Amino acid sequence: MLMIDRIKNKHSGFRLFLMTVFGRSYPRIVGMQREKSWLFFDVFIPFLSVAAYVFVYRAIGAPEDYIGFVVVGGGMTAFWLNILWSMSSQLYWEKEQGNLALYIISPASMMAILLGMALGGLFATLLRATAILVIGSLVFNVSYQLASFWQLLGIFMLSMLALYGLGMMSASIFLLLSREAWHISNLATEPVYLISGMYFPVKNLGFWGASIGSIIPLTLGLDAMRQSVFASGPSLGFLSVNLEITILILLSVIYIASAKFLLAYIEKIAVKEGRLTENRR
Amino acid sequence: MMRKSTILRSFISASWLGWKIESNWTDPFLFATYSIIKPLASATILVIMYSIIADAQFSNPMFAYLYLGNAFYQYVPAVLSGISWTIIEDREHYRTLKYIYIAPLKIPMYLFGRGVAKFLTGSFAVFITVLAGFLFLKVPFAINEVNWGLFFLSLFLGIIMLALLGLLLAGITLLTARHSYFIGDVLASGLFLFTGAIFPLEILPAWLRPIGYALPITYWLELIRRSLVGSVAKAFPTFSSLSNSTLLLILVATSLVSGILGYFVFRRCDYLARERGLIDIATNY
Repeated sequence: MLMIDRIKNKHSGFRLFLMTVFGRSYPRIVGMQREKSWLFFDVFIPFLSVAAYVFVYRAIGAPEDYIGFVVVGGGMTAFWLNILWSMSSQLYWEKEQGNLALYIISPASMMAILLGMALGGLFATLLRATAILVIGSLVFNVSYQLASFWQLLGIFMLSMLALYGLGMMSASIFLLLSREAWHISNLATEPVYLISGMYFPVKNLGFWGASIGSIIPLTLGLDAMRQSVFASGPSLGFLSVNLEITILILLSVIYIASAKFLLAYIEKIAVKEGRLTENRR
Repeated sequence: MMRKSTILRSFISASWLGWKIESNWTDPFLFATYSIIKPLASATILVIMYSIIADAQFSNPMFAYLYLGNAFYQYVPAVLSGISWTIIEDREHYRTLKYIYIAPLKIPMYLFGRGVAKFLTGSFAVFITVLAGFLFLKVPFAINEVNWGLFFLSLFLGIIMLALLGLLLAGITLLTARHSYFIGDVLASGLFLFTGAIFPLEILPAWLRPIGYALPITYWLELIRRSLVGSVAKAFPTFSSLSNSTLLLILVATSLVSGILGYFVFRRCDYLARERGLIDIATNY
């Protein structure tokens, strides 16, 4: 069935939800193939940045597992950047472009639109993260000692669930923002790399530092993944893997439920205060 | 005479406009806070990485090498993004790029001017980072041993060089869609690997080093380090056989090549963007 035929068929309820998710993710997946420069700037260049941190560890004579920590952490940064720039601040951009008002007046659910953004963005992000992990592991001879593949997959899926839940929640907050949206996204890059322990075991931030960092699901997800795939991982881990999995489940539930609540609540405030079409250039 | 005044007017007006856009979204205190948190966090990542492995031996020359290199490297993303992001901002956010194009101004000078605001906030971040290193992390520094002449000359040449590289990136940006984040930052993070900013070039595999030797940023960072803490620079063999004046000459020569390349790439991309009707394109995905 052609896309236009699918659109001509009017849907409601869950089918509308699904079509909205599909419709919002479609331009991201297709756009990735049309704009080749994204491959260069989103996949190749970030790998060089990760390599720079690897060579810092080599320069100061770090044990080889730390090289692996950087490669895995570098792969996961892709997901955080996707949350910041393609989920949270995207709604600000949509507002400036005039699309946000169209989303609101359409019968489609905003949750479905955000989910579509997330899934479409996840496609490009998975490509970037996989490239960093595979190329980084091969180039730097990272040796993994996998305890359980299914546990690792489970940790990854849970981390993504919680992380994208947080992304949907923060996107709703960004509905109220104007130009500061960019600045907040910009501000939440390196500081989050720091408190999440992207390039070093988060345990080194101390109990309270690592606990605060655990608000970002990547922190515990990354720590649990490192514990699962590196020989020295368990000794450098922050909490036990089982406890980290339990906290990730809790975070997933809290963030997704909060996203649904906040989206409805903040949309109401934004409508009341006339901020959905506001354009403070 | 008229040509000169157009160049100057384009630069000054764009600088003022850039500063207003960059700073007027919040109050000065919050603006200053935002300007320093990101660079300090970036420096802290390296400090923690170093202290885990080297047991916090901050007096080691390696620490001063990576700390100062990282601090001054902040100019690279600031200037590259400041200039290249203007294309996206004016084309797709403010939708004024087509009006800028038909106004009586010089586009490259306009872009340089728009980069000034990011340069100023970048300077503030560099200052705070360096100060934190000297005050809290024992980065060796003696004010009477600093070669101020070399420092300011290198800094000036480096900023001109970065602005020309920014022009090159702005040209490429004219032909590409909006990327979700600043491609100037992304490119700068990639160049981090080759410029010896946070580790000496000897650490790189031999086949990658020529890329570092071809980049003017490498020589610029070495000169900055030498002017501030000469003893640290001497502890690493990469450029120990080269005098300051030789390094300056190489910096000027490589900057000139980058500048010529940047100018011609921009001109070519500018022509292609006009031909393909990309000057007022808006991308959404």
